[in-house]
Amino acid sequence: MKKIEAIIQPFKLEEVKEALKAIGIDGMTVTEVRGHGRQKGHKEIYRGQEYTVDLLPKVKVEMVVPESRSEEVVKALSAAARTGKIGDGKIFIYDVAEAIRIRNDDRGEAAL
Amino acid sequence: MSKLLPFVAALAGSCAAQTAAPDKLAALEAAVASAQSSGDNAWMLTSAALVLLMTGPGLALFYGGLVRKKNVLGTMMQSFVLMALVTVIWGVFGYSLAFGEGSPLVGDMRYLMLNGVGMAPNTDYAATIPHQTFMVFQLMFAIITPALITGAFAERMKFSGLLLFMTLWVILVYFPMAHMVWGKGGLLNAFLGGSIPCFDFAGGTVVHITSGVSALVCALYLGKRKGYGSEPMKPHNLVLSFIGACLLWIGWFGFNAGSALGSSGLAASAFVATHFGAAAAALGWLAAEWMHNGKPSVLGGISGSVAGLVAITPASGFVKPMPALLIGLLAGLVCYFMVAVLKQKLGYDDSLDAFGVHGAGGTLGAILTGVFATNEINNALKDSAGKPLPLGLVDGNGGQIINQIIGSAIAWVLAIVGTLIILKICDLVTGLRVDSEQETLGLDLTMHGEEAYNLEA
Repeated sequence: MKKIEAIIQPFKLEEVKEALKAIGIDGMTVTEVRGHGRQKGHKEIYRGQEYTVDLLPKVKVEMVVPESRSEEVVKALSAAARTGKIGDGKIFIYDVAEAIRIRNDDRGEAAL
Repeated sequence: MSKLLPFVAALAGSCAAQTAAPDKLAALEAAVASAQSSGDNAWMLTSAALVLLMTGPGLALFYGGLVRKKNVLGTMMQSFVLMALVTVIWGVFGYSLAFGEGSPLVGDMRYLMLNGVGMAPNTDYAATIPHQTFMVFQLMFAIITPALITGAFAERMKFSGLLLFMTLWVILVYFPMAHMVWGKGGLLNAFLGGSIPCFDFAGGTVVHITSGVSALVCALYLGKRKGYGSEPMKPHNLVLSFIGACLLWIGWFGFNAGSALGSSGLAASAFVATHFGAAAAALGWLAAEWMHNGKPSVLGGISGSVAGLVAITPASGFVKPMPALLIGLLAGLVCYFMVAVLKQKLGYDDSLDAFGVHGAGGTLGAILTGVFATNEINNALKDSAGKPLPLGLVDGNGGQIINQIIGSAIAWVLAIVGTLIILKICDLVTGLRVDSEQETLGLDLTMHGEEAYNLEA
């Protein structure tokens, strides 16, 4: 099993959800986060007082998928989230040791 | 006989009319006076309510939006509690200290507990409205003036310290200044026997210089907010500030046009001057900011309109519409410079720019009143032959500018000395500043036990 963690532009969330649904991925966890990579922030000025805002709003999408589907999910996700401009975000993939469904103790891929 | 009857009847009628004429005339005069009184009183009660609207919610929203979200309730409370506190002080002895005849510097105790302030007009101040209407209209000015100061020590003032500070401040600074400029026999009162006639229609010296200069003293005395210059201190909700500023603009019609003390042509003229001043200042600030920073901001636009309203306040009942535009434009430019350039250079933390807007704008307006005041607008001052006296430089009375500078200087000195003394007293009795931990947590939680935005509740 692989955990796929994608940090994307907030306005791309709907497209990503649709794309994942289209390939049969229904479960995910979404968090509103702030951060930046190479993208520079912007400047705000209030009555002459300047602030540089470099932690920008992003959305983190997390899901765990069977290893066999991992590549397919990543392709769909990155295609949907891409604008081609700096600030599109990143995808990280982790190995998952175990998954357990709390309701009935299903384990492994059966719990996904 | 039958022909004679109507003649006799007519004769009897005309005799009756002749004896009734003085009575009828008196009744007619009484009816006219009563009609004028109703008209004036309706406008003045409305104006009093409009001026209260400037403090709550106007100023409370304007300031509340500019602070961080942990301090919004504390900031709004600082305005709101003055609506209650100053009202009680005013009723007990404040009105008397401001408007009792007394000495040139302060009033006497003739109106203690509002004794003698009833429904009959006080002919010295406003002959066509109940004395109580005049009293309550003036009260609303005494409420907003100290509330303006709270912008200087936003986000770090102890609530107990605030209550003591404001109580002493209205007594030592506001009541004497209001008496000098507007009270009968006051030192600077141009219309009721002052020896240095100073024109201040609605409070350039009394309201804006006193509050703005006191604000600067407070900001310097209390010191900067924790983390000032290193942590971000962005306004947490400019939408609130926007609504507040627009309410201030509306309320200011009561403030300035109401200062005509009647529903007169002068009230209309002051209304127009007020509006023109605000409009030109908003554009002035926006233009300066656009050129200097590359973007015209919403906060800039609303700050500019307030600066214009401040500057036109002393002039509003003396100047024509075009000079009002000029005064507003200058106020927008000067106050922008004070707030966005000079304050950054000097490095003091007048958190919400009470000095940059009210102190600077008030002084500018007070002096420009001496330039543009004209008897074509306000002819209340007449020579012994009944001819209106020249008012400002445009009427050929350049010396008035000196009087305006003297009046402003007295307001500056009274504000500086009075505020320093009061700050020392409060420091010893209640303390002024919250401790470091309270400042980090915010006033809402530590002073009032509440939070403004319980969005998960």
